[in-house]
Amino acid sequence: MTNSWTDIKNTDLAIVMGGNAAEAHPCGFKWVTEAKAKRGAKLIVVDPRFTRTASVADYYAPIRPGSDIAFLMGVINWCIANGKVQWEYVKNYTNASFLVKEGFGWSDGLFNGYDAEKRVYDTADWDYQLGEDGFALTDPTLSDPRCVWALLKDHVAIYTPDFVENTCGTPKDRFLKICEMIGECAAPDRVMTSMYALGWTQHSKGAQNIRGMAMLQLILGNIGLRGGGVNALRGHSNIQGLTDLGLMSNLIPGYLNIPVDKEVDFETYMSTRGNAPLRPNQTSYWQNYRKFIVSFLKAMWGDAATAENDWAYHYLPKLDVPSYDILRTFEMMAKGEVNLYFCQGFNPLLSFPNRAKLTEALSKLKLLVVMDPLQTETAHFWENHGVFNDVDPAAIQTEVLELPTTCFAEDEGALVNSGRWLQWHWAGATPPGQARRDCWIMANIFLRLRDLYRVEGGKFPDPILNLTWDYADPYEPSPEELAKEMNGRALAPLYDATDPTKLVLDAGKQLKNFSQLKDDGSTMCGCWIFSGCWTEEGNMMARRDNTDPDDTGAYLNWAFAWPLNRRILYNRASADIHGKAWDPTRKLIEWDGAKWAGYDVPDIGVTSKPEDVMPFIMTNEGVGKLFARKGLKDGPFPTHMEPFESPIDNPLNAAIRGNPVARVFPDDLAQMATSAEFPLVGTSYRLTEHFHYWTKHNKVNAALQPEFFVEISEELAAEKGIAKGGQVRIWSKRGQIWAKAVVTKRIKPMICAGKTVHVVGMPIHWGFMGAAQKGFGPNSLTPFVGDANIETPEFKAFLCNIEPVEKGPLA
Amino acid sequence: MTTRAPEPTTAAANPPVQPMEVNLLPSDVVRASAMPNLPAPDRQLTKVAKLIDVSKCIGCKACQSACIEWNDTQPELGVNVGVYENPHDLTPDMFTLMRFTEYENPQTGDFEWLIRKDGCMHCEDPGCLKACPAPGAIVQYSNGIVDFIHENCIGCGYCVTGCPFDIPRVSKVDHKSYKCTLCSDRVAVGQGPACAKACPTQCISFGPKDEMLAHAEDRIADLKARGYENAGIYDPQGVGGTHVIYVLHHADQPSLYAGLPDDPQISPLVQGWKGPAKTVGLAALGLAAAGAVLHGLLSRPNRVQPEDEMQAQALVNGGAEDRA
Amino acid sequence: MTRDYSEAGDHLISTRPVLVSRYRWFTRANHWIIAATTILLMLSGLAFFHPALFGLTALFGGGQMARWLHPFLGLVLALGYLLIFIQLVARNLPRRDDVVWVKHFRDVMDQNEEKLPTLGKYNAGQKFVFWAMAGLILLLLGSGIAIWQEYFPDLVTIPDRRIAVLVHAAAAVLMGLVFILHVYAAIWTRGTLRAMTRGSVTGGWAWRHHRKWLREVAGRNRGKPAK
Repeated sequence: MTNSWTDIKNTDLAIVMGGNAAEAHPCGFKWVTEAKAKRGAKLIVVDPRFTRTASVADYYAPIRPGSDIAFLMGVINWCIANGKVQWEYVKNYTNASFLVKEGFGWSDGLFNGYDAEKRVYDTADWDYQLGEDGFALTDPTLSDPRCVWALLKDHVAIYTPDFVENTCGTPKDRFLKICEMIGECAAPDRVMTSMYALGWTQHSKGAQNIRGMAMLQLILGNIGLRGGGVNALRGHSNIQGLTDLGLMSNLIPGYLNIPVDKEVDFETYMSTRGNAPLRPNQTSYWQNYRKFIVSFLKAMWGDAATAENDWAYHYLPKLDVPSYDILRTFEMMAKGEVNLYFCQGFNPLLSFPNRAKLTEALSKLKLLVVMDPLQTETAHFWENHGVFNDVDPAAIQTEVLELPTTCFAEDEGALVNSGRWLQWHWAGATPPGQARRDCWIMANIFLRLRDLYRVEGGKFPDPILNLTWDYADPYEPSPEELAKEMNGRALAPLYDATDPTKLVLDAGKQLKNFSQLKDDGSTMCGCWIFSGCWTEEGNMMARRDNTDPDDTGAYLNWAFAWPLNRRILYNRASADIHGKAWDPTRKLIEWDGAKWAGYDVPDIGVTSKPEDVMPFIMTNEGVGKLFARKGLKDGPFPTHMEPFESPIDNPLNAAIRGNPVARVFPDDLAQMATSAEFPLVGTSYRLTEHFHYWTKHNKVNAALQPEFFVEISEELAAEKGIAKGGQVRIWSKRGQIWAKAVVTKRIKPMICAGKTVHVVGMPIHWGFMGAAQKGFGPNSLTPFVGDANIETPEFKAFLCNIEPVEKGPLA
Repeated sequence: MTTRAPEPTTAAANPPVQPMEVNLLPSDVVRASAMPNLPAPDRQLTKVAKLIDVSKCIGCKACQSACIEWNDTQPELGVNVGVYENPHDLTPDMFTLMRFTEYENPQTGDFEWLIRKDGCMHCEDPGCLKACPAPGAIVQYSNGIVDFIHENCIGCGYCVTGCPFDIPRVSKVDHKSYKCTLCSDRVAVGQGPACAKACPTQCISFGPKDEMLAHAEDRIADLKARGYENAGIYDPQGVGGTHVIYVLHHADQPSLYAGLPDDPQISPLVQGWKGPAKTVGLAALGLAAAGAVLHGLLSRPNRVQPEDEMQAQALVNGGAEDRA
Repeated sequence: MTRDYSEAGDHLISTRPVLVSRYRWFTRANHWIIAATTILLMLSGLAFFHPALFGLTALFGGGQMARWLHPFLGLVLALGYLLIFIQLVARNLPRRDDVVWVKHFRDVMDQNEEKLPTLGKYNAGQKFVFWAMAGLILLLLGSGIAIWQEYFPDLVTIPDRRIAVLVHAAAAVLMGLVFILHVYAAIWTRGTLRAMTRGSVTGGWAWRHHRKWLREVAGRNRGKPAK
C-alpha cells in the first residue's frame, strides 16, 4: 500500500476492483465503512461477481475476468477526453512531459521490438530522449507528439466505452457512470483510493493491471494524498514482510537483487545500479544502493566481509535464470531435477496451479520436509483420500518429514501489514506438543550443516562457515536479536558528515535509521527498509500509542512503518508545486519556507526546495511514471491482453494468446484449452469464513462454511439443468473436481464480442485435510502460467466446463 | 477492591483486568415467566439496545464465530445446500445467523444482496416470556435484556410457540431452550455483546437505547442521501419495541430481509391461551369441582332402594318381567 | 339370543342375592389405567397451564420430568381409551330412550325414577361422558403431538402450533369438567363404584338404573344353574 489501512477513512471514493476487500479483508474494510459513514464517501465495486463488498457498495458493475486493462484504459481515455485531469499534478509530478525515443511504438496489440520466437520485447527504445547533459528532454507544454502525454492519449484512444462494453462485458451505462464518479476525483480536493488484491495480481498480466490503476491515480492527482493511493491488500498478515525480507529466489532483503551469472564481481553488479537522476536536482534514492548492499553483506558475514573481498559479494549465489519462482521450481521438480524440497509455511498442493502436475512433481522428490503448524495437504500428498486425493501411495517413493512449528499466536515477533506497519506481538499461548519455532528448526539445521562443512569441507564452505551467528543461544536466535539485526548497528564510531569531530553514533549502537548507513563497512543492516524499527530508544514496533492529532489517520506513535515510520508514501505530492496542500482540509505535509513539516514523516529531504525536488524520490525521474520506461517486460503502457485461456480472441490481434511475453513451458502450453472445447470462464476467490487452507482445520470456521461449492448464474444452471445445492462436476483440460452448486443472481452472463460468457466462481478453501468436509480447489483446474514480470499464477481467468452429477462424492 | 461495572456500551476497548462487581442482578429482573407477583426492582437500569445497521453489514459471520466462541457452543459440521447460510438455521448451538437475500429492486433495476443478522430481538413485550410455563425460566431485566435461565427451563417449547420472530431453539441434548442472551454476562460487567465486539465494520453497535436510536437516525440520513428513500429503523411497536433494532434500507418492507416480520406481535392465540383461557379454564374447573362437592353435601344421594332389589330378585327368579 | 342392551360377557354372578357382572377384569384394569393417567395428565398439565400450579411438577420429579412424562402418559391414555372405545362403542350409540332421558333430566336429579324410561347398559349421561372423552382425547392427542417439542419440533408451523396449544388447553379444561362430572355421577349414584372395583353391581342397582340391560342379562341367564 502506498497509504495505510487507517488512512482509507480519508477517502471520498473507494474503488474496489481486482479485490474483494469486505470478503477477504473484513477488518481493514472497516475504514471504508468509516469513510462512508463519516465523510459520505462512495464505494464502487467492479467484479465478475456481485460480492460481499458489492453488497455495501454505492455502485457495482460486472466485468469479465481478465479484462481489467481494457476497463482501466477506458477510464483513462474517458478522463482525458472529458478533461478530468489534475493538470498541475500531471504536469509537475508525472513524466507526461518527457519525450520518448522515436523507436517506441505500438500496433496491433504489440509494442515495438517483439520477438515471437523468444517471447520477449527488445526494450531499447522504450526510453526517453536524452539531452547532452544526460537528462531526459521534456516539453512542459505537452504539445510535442513524442511526449508521454501525447503517446498516452494515442495509446488509450481505442478503449472507447463501446470497446469496453464489448471486451469486458460491462454495460456501457454502468461503465460511463463509474467514469463520471471517478472523474470527479480529478479535482484537487476530491480523492479516490484504489483497493486491489489477487484479483489483479493473479493474471498473466497482473503487473499491468496495477500499472493501469497507478496511471489513473497519477492522472487524477491522487497519489501521495490522504485518502488516495494505490493500495495492495495483502492476503496473509505477514506477506508484506515476506516480500520486504526478500523471500524470493531473485531478491535479498529490502528489494535488493540477487546477482545474476553475468554479474561476476561487485563492481559489475553495481554498474547497472547507479541510478543517476534523469532530471536535475532529483533525489533518486536508489543512488544509495551501495550503502544498502554493503551493510547487508556486513550483516551476513561480519568481519569476513571486507573492502578487499568486495564485501564477500562472491558469497552470494548467482542466478542462471531470471528467477527460480514456484512455477519454474515445480516444472523442474516434475522433470526430476529437484531432490529435496523444504516447504516452510506453504501448502503448494492447494496454492499452486495444475494440481496433477504438482502431485507428479512431489512424487519425484527424494525428500520433502514440511514445516507447518498444521497437517497440510502438501505433507500428505502421498496419502490416498479417494477421489479427493486419488494417488497410489505404493507408487510414491518420496520420503516426507513433517516438522510441527508454532503458529503466529504462539510466537513473538513483528508482522508487517499491508500498510507497511511492523507491529510487534507477543506469544498468546504455549506451543502444543513438539511444535517448535521456525527459527529453532532453521538454527539447528544450520548448526549441524556448518559442523559438516567444518569437518568434511566442501566445494565452497566459506559462506556457511563465515555466516554471522552471534546469537546468545545459537540454537534459538531470539526475535529480538533478529529484529535488531534487521535494524542494523554501527560497527565503528559514526561521525557527522559535515563535522567529522562530532560523534553521531558509537560503535555497537543501534542505527537510528537507514540514513546512517555507510558503504565503507562501518555499518551493518539486515534489511535497510526496516532500519529504524529497533533503535537505541528500543523496540519501535512495540509502540502502542494511538493518539492521532487532528484525526488524520497517521497514528505515528503506533508501531513502526517502513520506511522511516512514514505512513503515506510520496506524501510530498499532497502539496502543490509550491508546497501548499492541494486540499487544506487534507493537509499532510507542507513547506513552511525552510522545511517540510506536517502530520507525516516527509517523503523528501526535509529541506529540499519544493520547486526543485519532485515527490517521487524512488524514481530516477523524480516524478511518477505514466510511461514505464524499461521497468516491465510487457510494455511501458498497459495494453489489453486476453488470459491464456479466454472465451474470445484478443480484439486487438486475434493471433496473440495471453500475455505475449509470459513464460510458458511447452508441456503446459499443450494443456491449454480453447473456448471451443471449454466454453465457460472459471475464476477463483476467497471467502470471509476461511483463511486460505488454515481455518478449515478449525471447527468454528468449518461449521460456518463447511463444504466446497461453486457459484453459477441462474441462466447457466437452467441451461445445464443444475439444481441449487446439487452436485456438479467441473473440469478443465488439466483436471476435474466436484462441488455443490450455489445458483445465484449475483453472477450474470455477460456478452463479450457477441458471445454469451458464463462465469463459474470457485472458492479456494477446501482440501482433504482438516475439520471441514473434504473437497477440492480450483487449482486442480488452473493453467500453469504466471505473470510475465513476477510469475504470479493465472488463477483468476481460465476455461472450464460444468455438468450436474446425480450422485457426487461430496457429503 | 472491586468497582462496579460501568453502564454497558459497545466495547471499544478491552475490559479492565481487575475483577468488577456484576451490574446485572437478580433484583434487576422486572418480569419473569410464570411469576406474576414479582417484587418491583429498587432501581431502573438504562434501557439498552443492540443496533444492527444492515447497510454496513458485509455478511462476514464474525458475529457468528464470536457468538460461538463466547458462548462455547459447538455447532455441528454441516454441508452446503446451495446457500451461504451456515448453519442453515438458528440452532441451540447457533444463537445468531447471517441470512442472505438476493433482491432485484424493481424501482432502481439494481440488484441488491440483503444480509441480515438474525437472532433474538429482545422484545419489550416478549412472547416467549409470556408463553413460558416454568417460573423464572425466562426473565427480563430492567435494561431490556430478555434472558433464558436454563436451570429453570423445562424444555416444553412454549417459548418457540410464543416468539413472534421464530428464535428460540430447544436442544435435543439437554432439552433446554437457547437463544441470544444479548451477552447478559458481558453486559453485566460493562462490556458490549461479543458480536458487537467482533464486528469489523461496526455494523453492530451497543449502548443505551436512546443513543442507539439517535445513531440510527444519523445512519438513516446517510442512507437517504444515497437514494434509499425508505431507509428507517426497525423497532417494532407491536411487541412494545425491541432491544435489538435494525437500520434497514427498505424499512417499508422488512420482510424483504429473509422474512423479517413486517408487523410482529404476540399472536392473539398466544395472548388468549396465556390470558383469558388460563383464568376461565381454571375457574371452570374450580367451579365444577366445588359444585360437585356442594351438591354432594346438600343433596340426597341416589341410593338403590330395597324395592329395587326385590324387583331385581323377582325378575331373575322369573315372572317379574311380565309386570314391568 | 338378543343382545341389544348388554355386552356378551355381562352375566348374572348369582341370583340370590342378584349380582350382575358389569365389567370384566380387563376392562376394569384399563379403566383404572385411564383414570390414573388422566389424573396424572391433569396434574402435570395444570402445572404447565397455570403458574400457580407449577409446583405440581414436584410430584413428577420436577419440571423437566413432568414435561417429558406428560406426552407419554397421554399416549397411554389414548391407547387405553381406544380399547375401551372399541369395546363399548356399540352400547353407547344413541337411542330413542336417550332423548326421553335427557328431556327428563330434572327427574334424574330429583330421583323420580318412575318418570324415567327404562334403559340399557348406559344412560345418556354416561354416553355423553363416553363420547366427550373420545372426542376430547382425540383433540388432545392431535394437538399434543403437534406441540410435542421433543419428537416433533417441526411437524407443524409455528402459527399452527399456536392453534394447537390453544386447542390443547381448551380440550384439557373440558376434559377436566367431564372428568368431574363422571366421578361425581359415579359417587352420587350409590352402588356404581363397585362396577369398576369388583366388576359387579347389585340387581337392585341394575333394576333401578339399567333395567333393560338387567332384563336382557337375566333373560340370557335363564336355564343356567344359579350360583
